[in-house]
Amino acid sequence: MMDYLVAAITAALLIAGAFFTLAAAIGLVRLPDLYMRMHSASKAGTVGSGLLLLAAGLYSQDLAILARAIAGFVFFLLTAPVSAHLLARAAHHSGYDLAALSVRDDMPDR
Amino acid sequence: MITPAAIVAVASSAALVILGLALILTVWRVVAGPTLPDRILALDMLTGVAIGFIAVIAVKTGFSLYIDIAISLGLVGFLATVAFARFVLSRGNIKSPPSATAAKGGGNKRRAGGKTR
Repeated sequence: MMDYLVAAITAALLIAGAFFTLAAAIGLVRLPDLYMRMHSASKAGTVGSGLLLLAAGLYSQDLAILARAIAGFVFFLLTAPVSAHLLARAAHHSGYDLAALSVRDDMPDR
Repeated sequence: MITPAAIVAVASSAALVILGLALILTVWRVVAGPTLPDRILALDMLTGVAIGFIAVIAVKTGFSLYIDIAISLGLVGFLATVAFARFVLSRGNIKSPPSATAAKGGGNKRRAGGKTR
């Protein structure tokens, strides 16, 4: 019975993570602007790969491996905003403009 | 009787198919992305998709050492994105991105708004 529970949770996590990653990829293609694409790539993409990693840790049924997978997920959650913010700041600073449908830009001009 | 291994096998195969679709879309953005930061962002996302692939393969084969490989790939991807961002910053101000008229229109609108504010 325990095996069925672990298998069901693992399967649900696998499908959910894959769909989060697919949503991030669709957003990366469909959104009009670097600064909007960043939303999908760094939020949904992180959650997608983190859920898949969590599924792999849970399926092993070993506490050490599960702890390693959770540590990896936390590491991705910590680093994704840093890299996204750094890239957005660099792009805005070096003059890549917002899309035409953006209504305001709160950062002052260079 | 459906065994737990069969459930996980079906789910991991479906996850591999969905991740393959996501990989194709992300590679399309790497190839087509009009500016350099778009391509850097898509490469960052590509690292995330590769981590997902490695995790699904870890489930599919039952070989849990793949998780360590995924964590180290995430570390390398983070460092690569930071280095690319520093590169974009150090390249200086580029006032005419090679994209089409949409970005240019946005730039003019933003500059006009900046004057009135």
